Amino acid sequence: MFYKLSAPSPFVTSATLIFSIALLAGCNKSEAPASASYAKGYGSGELVVKIGAAAPLTGAQAHVGKDNENGTRMAIEDANAKGIMIGGRKARFELLSEDDQADPKSATIVAQKLVDAKVSGVIGHLNSGTSIPASKIYSDNGIVQISPSATAVAYTNSGFKTTFRVMANDAQQGKALGTFATQTLGAKKIAVIDDRTAYGEGLAREFIKAAQAGGAQIIAHEYTTDRAVDFTAVLTSLKGKRPELIFFGGMDPQGVPMIKQMRALGLPAKFMMGDGGYTPKTPELAGVAAEGVYASLPGVPLAKMPGGTDFSDRYVAKYHQPIQNYAPYCYDAVNVMIAAMQKAASIDPAKYLPELAKITHDGITAKITFDEKGDLKGGAITLYQIQKGKWQPLQTMGDHTIAGTP
Amino acid sequence: MACRFLFAQSFFQFVKTLDILLQQIINGLVQGSVYSMVALGYTMVYGILGLINFAHGEIVMIGAMVALSVIQLLTGSGLPIFFILLISLMISMLVCMTLGYSMERIAYRPLRNAPRLAPLITAIGLSIVLQTLAMMFWGREYHSFPLLFTNSSVHIAGAVITEVQIIIIVVAMAMMGGLLMLVHHTRLGRAMRAVAESPSAAALMGVNSNNVISTTFMLGAGLAAVAGIMISANYGIAHYLMGSLLGLKAFTAAVLGGIGNLRGAMLGGLLLGLIESLGAGYIGDLSGGFLGSHYQDVFAFFVLIAVLIFRPSGLLGERVAERA
Amino acid sequence: MRNALNIIKHHAPNEKRMAWLAFAALTLILLALPFAVDDLFGRGWVRVLDFALLYIMLALGLNIVVGYAGLLDLGYVAFFAVGAYCYALLGSPQFGIHLPFWIVLPLGALLACIFGVLLGAPTLRLRGDYLAIVTLGFGEIIRIFLNNLNAPINITNGPQGISMIDAIHVGGFSLGRTQEIFGITFPSVHLHYYLFLIFTLLVIFVSIRLQDSRIGRAWAAIREDEVAASAMGINTRNIKLLAFAMGATFGGLAGGLFAGFQGFVSPESFGLTESIMILCMVVLGGMGNIGGVVLGGILLVVIPELTRHLAGTAQQALLGKTVIDPESLRMLMFGLALILIMLWRPAGLWPSSQRRRELTSSASSPNA
Repeated sequence: MFYKLSAPSPFVTSATLIFSIALLAGCNKSEAPASASYAKGYGSGELVVKIGAAAPLTGAQAHVGKDNENGTRMAIEDANAKGIMIGGRKARFELLSEDDQADPKSATIVAQKLVDAKVSGVIGHLNSGTSIPASKIYSDNGIVQISPSATAVAYTNSGFKTTFRVMANDAQQGKALGTFATQTLGAKKIAVIDDRTAYGEGLAREFIKAAQAGGAQIIAHEYTTDRAVDFTAVLTSLKGKRPELIFFGGMDPQGVPMIKQMRALGLPAKFMMGDGGYTPKTPELAGVAAEGVYASLPGVPLAKMPGGTDFSDRYVAKYHQPIQNYAPYCYDAVNVMIAAMQKAASIDPAKYLPELAKITHDGITAKITFDEKGDLKGGAITLYQIQKGKWQPLQTMGDHTIAGTP
Repeated sequence: MACRFLFAQSFFQFVKTLDILLQQIINGLVQGSVYSMVALGYTMVYGILGLINFAHGEIVMIGAMVALSVIQLLTGSGLPIFFILLISLMISMLVCMTLGYSMERIAYRPLRNAPRLAPLITAIGLSIVLQTLAMMFWGREYHSFPLLFTNSSVHIAGAVITEVQIIIIVVAMAMMGGLLMLVHHTRLGRAMRAVAESPSAAALMGVNSNNVISTTFMLGAGLAAVAGIMISANYGIAHYLMGSLLGLKAFTAAVLGGIGNLRGAMLGGLLLGLIESLGAGYIGDLSGGFLGSHYQDVFAFFVLIAVLIFRPSGLLGERVAERA
Repeated sequence: MRNALNIIKHHAPNEKRMAWLAFAALTLILLALPFAVDDLFGRGWVRVLDFALLYIMLALGLNIVVGYAGLLDLGYVAFFAVGAYCYALLGSPQFGIHLPFWIVLPLGALLACIFGVLLGAPTLRLRGDYLAIVTLGFGEIIRIFLNNLNAPINITNGPQGISMIDAIHVGGFSLGRTQEIFGITFPSVHLHYYLFLIFTLLVIFVSIRLQDSRIGRAWAAIREDEVAASAMGINTRNIKLLAFAMGATFGGLAGGLFAGFQGFVSPESFGLTESIMILCMVVLGGMGNIGGVVLGGILLVVIPELTRHLAGTAQQALLGKTVIDPESLRMLMFGLALILIMLWRPAGLWPSSQRRRELTSSASSPNA
């Protein structure tokens, strides 16, 4: 096998090529400012703080991922504009955004890259399936990770001190949705559809638990995928069972055609989704069919929080599109991280981590405090309904209805 | 005993809800026609070149996206909706045909004598490039595809079918009919069949094989554009990744019917649609709740595998010798 | 390797020395690689190397099915999944079972092997594209079952996946954390590199031995002409099943290593795109040629990561600003690379000598 090495085989030529490209790439990297490392301690002048971000920027969830990146970027630009001082020095924040392709394997590579780049903390990842394997790498290297959108209960169950999230988990949100469906809407016969993703399945499971506890009967549990566009078969099957309410655990790309097809088939049931449905796209794409659809979103309505309306106005002005899903949570995640750095007067994760764990921060989505696992403590969850083509808040369910994490 | 009782009960339920069954059949036919439209494109290229154009699904997507842009551009112009539709169809077909032609020239023709799997890789590369270009051009978000026809629907014995869905079934049938006419009753069709038999012999008979192959690609791409518009109009949504899953399903349908055979593509598409909708609708009831609609694709693949075990070249496929 | 030894046996002393020198140099390079890469480019790249080794194993496994026996398999990732889930279920809190890796890994490989035979058996009569679609179907079926078997009995934990999988460990020595041996610090990714390297070399060795064996010649025979092969007295059924089984075994082995390395498995890692990627490695590198397949594996893991870097930093450095967003540019470059490499070398970057002869001599019709 090796005798080929003497002749210029394709292997050698391409290996040399790759190697030289890699070398070039490496040179670029080493030219980066030396102040990058937070370990270098305190000198004079600016303090450069690198903050990592990871979300799928290509593939089926790219539109959600880009929204996350936008939210994070806005927070960082705001912080730079404000001229934040950390430990007596003016801090300049830098964003390192990586595409994890919603793939667990890429997520670990990206995580290691961010660790190599000596970031002070990471905002991400978007999905639970990527946040979980990445959390081990961040934990091993002592880097703080705040996920703006991972909802799986398992994410904070590994016992890592570095793992946080500013989003209610499936159990918290499913409970609020189930309680709302049975108590406020009085639904007795409920059908559930889930998209067999970690998010959809997890939320549907918790919703079912809460709905059954609330006295409702789950008359059917149907399934689809996160790439499907035709739901007529499962909806027709549900039509025969006459549910009062259909809950869909999934995102809006499936939710929108589902609502339309439901109405076209003449299925009169109420329709409800989790935070995956609370997007501007739902009323926009589904049109009249979306009238009366329910969805939930962790936190308090943006309009009711100080700085909330301001944030959404500036977001629209900057990116020429409304907030898709989780941009405000990314914004909060960055700010809560910065607040902890300021308190600890350090950008070293080992130093500001204890401050983060006991912080109380007024974000634009909610008042943020973490429990011992890194979950949001007693997070509020708001239920919305589409009325006249716009999302209207109906009810915010606070600590008294959701007793923290189960 | 309990099992039999359960089955009898679900069978009773099944008969009682005939309107649901009828609706499922309609669902299946609509979904099946969608698959057929795309499968026809696969099968046509395969019939001539013996090559699976894996980037066919992306042409469908481009067709829908181009039409969407044209419609958005013309909506404010005051033209009647029929003209807007016609113009968008024309432009999108034109773009797709150009694309089909260049695809063949750039990525397939140089590899005509290469090992069989080489064009597969270029096709995958093309898919990635086309998807990415579409993502850059039309953005990552889902677009609302405008309602091209009235929203009216027809009620038949408790089942509903919308106008768009009727049009989809008709268009799919017309496509197959037109292609059959073309292949069997025109000069071009005769040339296509000759090239499919043997390009070198066809060349000796004065057929310009390269031209025939290019034409076939353009024809397939034009049909893909029509399919893309119809599909987007039906679901009301267009997205840069809409082609990949569709392409896969259509490919499955084409193989099920016997790839290379136009009637087979139609039959395979309709059958796959019916299997999926009846599967999703009834697996749960018939298995006593043990399996559910999440096994819809498993069910479809099992049918496919069963068919291929008994008919190794699909339902209507000819028994071809080894394609090396 | 055998070739190397052959040369040592049969050639002049000078060439013999050269071969030994090349061998020694390569060994040194392979041993020092993780440290060099870590120093030069960062630890993320060592992780990329680990994945490259895993994919080389997968590509070599698929090469047996596609390259040697000529059976187009589009569902190969299923065996990777079987190996990974076998490890995950027997070494995680999911069932509370924590078996050591030297039991679980062979078990996973064996299970994958059995699956290979089970899935291969119904497809024996199918050829070419029909075989491709059926194997694709099998791959999807396995993934769908993994995704859905959390109810009525929770076996695989469904779409949530299985987390907190045990790190690969021997006694008290765990590959999951930094270790110190002879005063040298070995981080976890480095340790995995060496383990994966050993297994990769093993897979390469088995591949070479198989290629030159009776079985290898039988595979080549049925690849070239199945009817003629069967007329020559080759039991085509058994020999095809053997190809599926061998390929699947390697896939299962890589799967187990993947689960132990990543500590988390979920069904989304085992989709159709993974199967297609592995097939691309085999075809792009050069079907049937071990060196080519290894090269293909390396390139298809490294190129996306390189373009990730080039698309961002280099674009910034070259043009002074970001013109195209890096993710789009990265995908674009990757797609173009696939097309260009195939146009440039239709038989793969480093084809087997046999295939190269076929390509130049045959004037096969487009219908072929």
